[in-house]
Amino acid sequence: MDWDLKEELKDCLVAAAPYGGPIALLRNCWRKEKAASVRPVLEIYSASGMPLASLLWKSGPVVALGWSAEEELLCVQEDGAVLVYGLHGDFRRHFSMGNEVLQNRVLDARIFHTEFGSGVAILTGAYRFTLSANVGDLKLRRMPEVPSLQSAPSCWTTLCHDRVAHILLAVGPDLYLLDHATCSTVTPAGLAPGVSSFLQMAVSFTYRYLALFTDTGYIWMGTASLKEKLCEFNCNIRAPPKQMVWCSRPRSKERAVVVAWERRLMVVGNAPESIQFVLDEDSYLVPELDGVRIFSRSTHEFLHEVPVASEEIFKIASMAPGALLLEAQKEYEKESQKADEYLREIQELGQLIQAVQQCIEAAGHEHQPDMQKSLLRAASFGKCFLDRFPPDSFVRMCQDLRVLNAIRDYHIGIPLTYSQYPHAYRKYRYKQLTIQVLLDRLVLRRLYPLAIQICEYLRLPEVQGVSRILAHWACYKARTWDVQQKDVSDEDVARAINQKLGDTPGVSYSDIAARAYGCGRTELAIKLLEYEPRSGEQVPLLLKMKRSKLALSKAIESGDTDLGEQRMVFTVLLHLKNELNRGDFFMTLRNQPMALSLYRQFCKHQELDTLKDLYNQDDNHQELGSFHIRGSYAAEERIEGRVAALQTAADAFYKAKNEFAAKATEDQMRLLRLQRRLEDELGGQFLDLSLHDTVATLIRGGHNKRAEQLARDFRIPDKRLWWLKLAALADLEDWEELEKFSKSKKSPIGYLPFVEICMKQHNKYEAKKYASRVGPEQKVKALLLVGDVAQAADVAIEHRNETELSLVLSHCTGATDGATADKIQRARAQVQKK
Amino acid sequence: MAFPHRLDAPELPDFSMLKRLARDQLIYLLEQVSAGHAWLLSCVNSVALNVTSSSLCPLLPGKKDLFIEADLMSPLDRIANVSILKQHEVDKLYKVENKPVLSSSEQLCFLVRPRIKNMRYIANLVNADKLAGRIRKYKVILTPQKFYACEMVLEEEGIYGDVSCDEWAFSLLPLDVDLLSMELPEFFRDYFLEGDQRWINTVAQALHLLSTLYGPFPNCYGIGRCAKMSYDLWRKLEEEEDSETKGRRPEIGHIFLLDRDMDFVTALCSQVVYEGLVDDTFRIKCGSVDFGPEVTSSDKSLKVLLNAEDKVFNEIRNEHFSNVFGFLSQKARNLQAQYDRRRGMDIKQMKNFVSQELKGLKQEHRLLSLHIGACESIMKKKTKQDFQELIKTEHALLEGFNIRESTNYIEEHIDRQVSPIESLRLMCLLSITENGLIPKDYRSLKTQYLQSYGPEHLLTFSNLRRAGLLTEQAPGDTLTAVENKVSKLVTDKAAGKITDAFSSLAKRSNFRAISKKLNLIPRVDGEYDLKVPRDMAYVFSGAYVPLSCRIIEQVLERRSWQGLDEVVRLLNCTEFAFTDMAKEDKASSESLRLILVVFLGGCTFSEISALRFLGREKGYRFIFLTTAVTNSARLMEAMSEMKA
Repeated sequence: MDWDLKEELKDCLVAAAPYGGPIALLRNCWRKEKAASVRPVLEIYSASGMPLASLLWKSGPVVALGWSAEEELLCVQEDGAVLVYGLHGDFRRHFSMGNEVLQNRVLDARIFHTEFGSGVAILTGAYRFTLSANVGDLKLRRMPEVPSLQSAPSCWTTLCHDRVAHILLAVGPDLYLLDHATCSTVTPAGLAPGVSSFLQMAVSFTYRYLALFTDTGYIWMGTASLKEKLCEFNCNIRAPPKQMVWCSRPRSKERAVVVAWERRLMVVGNAPESIQFVLDEDSYLVPELDGVRIFSRSTHEFLHEVPVASEEIFKIASMAPGALLLEAQKEYEKESQKADEYLREIQELGQLIQAVQQCIEAAGHEHQPDMQKSLLRAASFGKCFLDRFPPDSFVRMCQDLRVLNAIRDYHIGIPLTYSQYPHAYRKYRYKQLTIQVLLDRLVLRRLYPLAIQICEYLRLPEVQGVSRILAHWACYKARTWDVQQKDVSDEDVARAINQKLGDTPGVSYSDIAARAYGCGRTELAIKLLEYEPRSGEQVPLLLKMKRSKLALSKAIESGDTDLGEQRMVFTVLLHLKNELNRGDFFMTLRNQPMALSLYRQFCKHQELDTLKDLYNQDDNHQELGSFHIRGSYAAEERIEGRVAALQTAADAFYKAKNEFAAKATEDQMRLLRLQRRLEDELGGQFLDLSLHDTVATLIRGGHNKRAEQLARDFRIPDKRLWWLKLAALADLEDWEELEKFSKSKKSPIGYLPFVEICMKQHNKYEAKKYASRVGPEQKVKALLLVGDVAQAADVAIEHRNETELSLVLSHCTGATDGATADKIQRARAQVQKK
Repeated sequence: MAFPHRLDAPELPDFSMLKRLARDQLIYLLEQVSAGHAWLLSCVNSVALNVTSSSLCPLLPGKKDLFIEADLMSPLDRIANVSILKQHEVDKLYKVENKPVLSSSEQLCFLVRPRIKNMRYIANLVNADKLAGRIRKYKVILTPQKFYACEMVLEEEGIYGDVSCDEWAFSLLPLDVDLLSMELPEFFRDYFLEGDQRWINTVAQALHLLSTLYGPFPNCYGIGRCAKMSYDLWRKLEEEEDSETKGRRPEIGHIFLLDRDMDFVTALCSQVVYEGLVDDTFRIKCGSVDFGPEVTSSDKSLKVLLNAEDKVFNEIRNEHFSNVFGFLSQKARNLQAQYDRRRGMDIKQMKNFVSQELKGLKQEHRLLSLHIGACESIMKKKTKQDFQELIKTEHALLEGFNIRESTNYIEEHIDRQVSPIESLRLMCLLSITENGLIPKDYRSLKTQYLQSYGPEHLLTFSNLRRAGLLTEQAPGDTLTAVENKVSKLVTDKAAGKITDAFSSLAKRSNFRAISKKLNLIPRVDGEYDLKVPRDMAYVFSGAYVPLSCRIIEQVLERRSWQGLDEVVRLLNCTEFAFTDMAKEDKASSESLRLILVVFLGGCTFSEISALRFLGREKGYRFIFLTTAVTNSARLMEAMSEMKA
């Protein structure tokens, strides 16, 4: 071990995480009667004893330490508070085990692992248990009371059965099982008589087996349900053991328990004899999936059942195929013909495949690279003589060993065994992502380069591998850079991070920035966000950092306005609206046309007043005018209201220097008032007619005087008036009035329209009257309209106008106009000649 | 008579898949039960992607009443008709309108566009139910996408928790073999007038869908800000989802995006090609038209689907109207002759004839009589003197002579209250072709207009000015100076940030100069033979080559904007062109002659006809994608402010 312990292990609270995890030590100065005045130091070491963290313990007395599955250190205090620290001694969070504990104090606590995560169980001064099966999702369960429990149980443990955590406790000769609702007495099957108390109990790593140590020195081993006894052993030592843990290998038939006293270690199992070791130093046992880790001040060892493959090969005088193959390979290297003999022997038995498999498997269980190599070499040698041996098991083993050796290096200090290697990760819920968890652990230890090398070695996809690690690295850097180098500017840090990351896929700069912001480095966060290619991603963090204006421009910069982006823009807008006063809010909007138009669209339907304010603020009098005009149609019913709205609009138009619109609006006000009066005086419907229609309606109603007055008031041009009157009179079929009108003065629109309108009303007689008065240019047209083809032809010939001639010709039909047609043809020929 | 395609003309991709996808998604949304999942597996990734949002939504199985927004009825009918809806647990259908709701169903489903007024309607309904103590399930399906503002309204009205919102990504309706419409007429006003960019995402999504279904586009061209934004967003979508489509063979070689505001002139002209004329006269809605009694020569109206499947229509749709009648009568004679063949037949032949040909002939006969009826009806309206004068004035405006006379004509048009929309159209045409009206005319025409058609049009004029459709020449100002300044600003990278006010300034048209550069007014010696057109000008009686189509022609010829700098500058638009050689290498020579033209803000049937003609001449095939089929009247209506 690399550590330099000042304290004796026995004076400390010790916690070691499974799967080769870290070790935490805290000198237990509270156990003594008088609290020591010096504060203890909490130290965290890697499994190889490399110091990872050391901090002065400033909180209350600690009852127990333990590691969670995510390698967080849980420190259970006497008052029921649980403090959570990271691997590097960084404080993460804390939670409490309930109020009841405050009074009664915590007597004892256990941290245990289940398939959902890590749980905490405590025993209070009132001899009640409380547990939480998953500290990540804290739900406290107070376990039922044990009847007539007067003193602390002599020992207890947590069991996990059917995904539910139970507590098993021993009081005197009785065992009680607590589940959520009930407390029941249980008796182990086939327990030897004469037990008056249980001194120690141990549950196996997978919660399947249980071992009990009694005051008679008797050990009972059976299933966790206590219903079946596997074996028993009498060790004749009555002293209570310091620790007792299971030591068995998954899928192995052998069961064994390791019991440790002060200076003695005993392995007992289904055999009449036990194996005993002498402990030179104070030691501590860590149960593992496939064995027991034993560490002391100077050493760290692993005790486990020898795997079958290793046993077969290395047993003295073994004739197992693997052993022969290993021998053959050795001889082969010595260039001895014995190699062939061994090989033949295996082949004759037809066991070469098993031999190779055995060697490969045994290599996995070896910790010494040299031994691994020689076994693998033997396997590869054997493979040469096999036709179709699938190579992947060999290749995978080489890869796995390489990774394992790398992390077992004492600098790294994660002594995983081969059987733990794939298993380790199942524990962590990522069932398929085993390697991911290993990488996470490396990242947690800030061993970024090794993690990246492993990714590259295993050719993991970038997103899962390298870039994820780089992102972690960057987050770490963002958090801690200036702690290391004081005078580096935020800009430089951001650039340095960017240089390393580039635009590796899967790296999210906004995540890194969020991390930087999390430790109060807002400026760095903003700089980092600059590198975020998806500007939409920048927005939420900017908002969080109260950089709403920047957020708005980023939200818009993302260019598109799909749902997500719109939501973003709207969110930012609402943020801004609450954050700023109205004036500043509008000013900000003004610089963002896209957001402005979006917001305007929204206001138009939902918040009309805001829209008005918006225009007001902008001095956008033109739009303000339009706004009021719209209002005069939509919102107002009463004439007075409408006129008032129009007046406001007109004022706005004046301000916008849009005289035309202002005048037009004023005219409209006049017209409205007038229409109102007309309705009052004459009845009928005038409101909302156009000026033209108003006048026409008057004429049609026979109010010629009024019509003319109106035309004068509103300066209706003569031409329009003529068109208007013409249409209105024709509508009335008031031919007399029409004729009078036509003669009132020279028509400004000519007389062709008169002809046309009469023909439209199918009054050929009247039409003819006007046809004669039509000016020369349109005469042909007029004559054709009234159907006088012959005369039209004459006029056209007279005009010597080719187009007119063709026009007439096209009107000549059949026999009736035969003569005329001829005439025109002749005239046309003449014209063309010229 | 209808021009045959060149023999080597490329085949069009099959767009009916789009319909199928839309229908399946809708049904899935309506049913939302696990059994409906099967289709998910069978359809393309991209569409599955569109659906993912919905798969999270609560279920609404069982009978339900469906409320449909009026605008969505015709498009919906093309996708899933009533009987299909009924098969999928829709009980009764209602139109979304301001009437009390009589539905007694326990579940109400609303199929609407993402508009605030629709949300209000739903909110009122839900709140009324609440007041009455009635408990129902509500589901809102927004198409083609959700807008956040809509959800915000639901939230403000306090019913966000009561309704579930879904998205039906139905953005492409194949109206014809070569015409896809997004059926979003409001795109034009929302973007070009209100500056609302939300629909751009819809466009990008639609393009993304097309490229996942029909492979990537090796060549992309575009002109206009909206085109550029849509393109950029589309690219982003493609990058985000680096799917397997990358390796796909392109089926369509080119895509060309253009903004409607780069060429208002073409859209404002009266249409004289048959399909356009039918649209102008009867209004084609969602690919079908309602022929009234005057056409059907019965007492009933008839809804007729106008597309390539209508054999008669297919042959005349792209024809100048002057040829159509002749063609139809020829056709009638042929038909008669075919009927007549049966005279000399024996029994067997007759049996054959009846079972095989008669049905086809009858069908053709029916269609023929319909189109003849339509022609007559159009003739009645259009061959009157007024129409001739109108066309004459339009041509004068396009060519830029007799401006005073044209102005007078427009004034008379207004004075006589011929039609508010038509008058407005002529004013806009005058303004655009003349770079704005001279101040005196600007005032007097507007005054006349207000007097004739009502003062509320003051707002219409304000809209038109903002959109750059009807502007005033800056008095005494040699336009070019201002223009140079503005165009510098606009071509700058910061183009996106120029405010509305600026863009209306920038929208000065330089129609005359562009027309000269691109030779839009063909020199004609003698009569232009409309029967055998020689250029795209035939769609406007040989007087004018549509600007939009000419630009497309020029860019495709050059495969870039090279040499068109001056035109682009005059158009005051951002242009872009990208070619992906890697993709182009993969494309077959046939697919390289397929061009998807995307009109943002709508396209007219005249433009479609012109490009179809161009395609035949050059051996291309054009596919059209438009936000909606438009015409001059629709454009003007979009800009008009009507009394509430």
